[in-house]
Amino acid sequence: MNDVRFYKLLISANALIPLALLLTDGLNGRLGANPIEFFLRTTGVLTLTFLLITLAVTPLRKIFGWNSLIKYRRMLGLFAFFYGCLHLVTYSIFDKSLGFSAIVADVIQRPFIAIGMIAFTILVPLAITSTNGMVKRLGGKNWARLHKLTYVAAILGVIHFWMIVKSDIFYPALFGAVLAASFLIRLVWTKKPAVQRAVN
Amino acid sequence: MARNEVSKIDPTQITPEHVYLNRRNFIRAGLFAGTAVATGLTYKFFNPQPVQQTTPTTEIAKIETPTVLSKVGEPNSFEDITNYNNFYEFSTDKRAVAQKAKKLVTRPWTVEVGGLVQKPKTFDIDEILKFPQEERVYRFRCVEAWSMVIPWVGFPLKSLLDQVEPLGTAKYVAFETRYDKSAMQSSFSAGIDFPYVEGLRLDEAYHPLAILATGLYGKQMPNQNGAPVRLIVPWKYGFKSIKSIVKITLTDSEPPTTWNLAGPSEYGFYSNVNPQVDHPRWSQATERRIGELSMRDTLMFNGYSDEVAHLYEGMDLKKYF
Repeated sequence: MNDVRFYKLLISANALIPLALLLTDGLNGRLGANPIEFFLRTTGVLTLTFLLITLAVTPLRKIFGWNSLIKYRRMLGLFAFFYGCLHLVTYSIFDKSLGFSAIVADVIQRPFIAIGMIAFTILVPLAITSTNGMVKRLGGKNWARLHKLTYVAAILGVIHFWMIVKSDIFYPALFGAVLAASFLIRLVWTKKPAVQRAVN
Repeated sequence: MARNEVSKIDPTQITPEHVYLNRRNFIRAGLFAGTAVATGLTYKFFNPQPVQQTTPTTEIAKIETPTVLSKVGEPNSFEDITNYNNFYEFSTDKRAVAQKAKKLVTRPWTVEVGGLVQKPKTFDIDEILKFPQEERVYRFRCVEAWSMVIPWVGFPLKSLLDQVEPLGTAKYVAFETRYDKSAMQSSFSAGIDFPYVEGLRLDEAYHPLAILATGLYGKQMPNQNGAPVRLIVPWKYGFKSIKSIVKITLTDSEPPTTWNLAGPSEYGFYSNVNPQVDHPRWSQATERRIGELSMRDTLMFNGYSDEVAHLYEGMDLKKYF
């Protein structure tokens, strides 16, 4: 197995560990008195976590010159989408009993649901166009432009999280800070491209 | 050129392929195990397994014949009731409260009752426990849209108020939770102000369903549920049922309440359970009963309409939410 394939396997295995632990705890009745709420919240947080990891690839490349990370970025993004699907499915089944009209009503009436739904909807075309074939078909430039929507999804994701919290904003604020930092690094580093190339 | 350099190396110095591959596999196996453990530990760090607290509690000696209230359903287990708590003074994580609330010191404990009363009095907890105790199996509906059925032990709030003889000018009752900074977290990290304060209109406080609870499941109140004495107003959202009370004051104007101060547009003074009036951010039409997977319909006044609806006759409940 070559290195790229090995690292892809390594990342996949690690990305699925939280789900494995979540399911094991769930099957053993260790998620507390309200397992649905816990599963819903955790899959949401994992979606946001993988979005932020995906967005951390560029800053890491810029700062440390770890350019090979780019090979794994699409895959990380797909895991964000994967946890996003679990999050949405959990909500649809357990909170809304798969009632389509109830979900639509929720989206219309609850801004935080609407924002979460928009964020998820944005991820759908990004996931679909994540194959090599699609990159070629769209052309690198167009593809990159389309996938800039990841930023929008991440920002909406943080807002979605922030809006549902009752008063303790520690975690949404933490995600917001990490996201802001990743944006800041992008801005600061593009101003000194020459220095950066020298590091590489 | 590269070829030349390579050829200078003594062939015996070249790592044989199988050793190289072995080493590579070894490193890969190490990476696999190492990152897996690190990821697992990171997950566990942010999602700590709450230790199910088997709260040591004393049986309450004398409980009067349980008042049977119809159709409340099967009570939730003692484990669920005592391991899923909103008590922001200890943690905003409902699963973490049980462990942290162990620090709450409940003896000695006094409840100071004063304000617009004829006979202000400071009750020792032992005096409070001497009021005739009875079991009340009530629905409990949290504003976060989950609910339980809980067999409380306690006595009507009215019995205590009668002893201090409220003045004719008294219109409201204000309550305050103990705030022990050494045992509790800061108001900053909880996002709400402490000490926690709540209030009722006097006629609500006099209602026979409103009780001061001193225990549950026939045992003295576990710390995480608001030991040693708390309010229970079953037709209102759970946050109205203030925990660990140290002060009760009769007033002539509407007293400030913690969640109303934190979010005036989201939490009103009344906060009656009402499936028709949504929280601005989420629906109150349904709720998840702890132990059930799907949602069930929320009942008007949490199912206590027959008993309490008259208190709010003529009031616009959308305005006085």
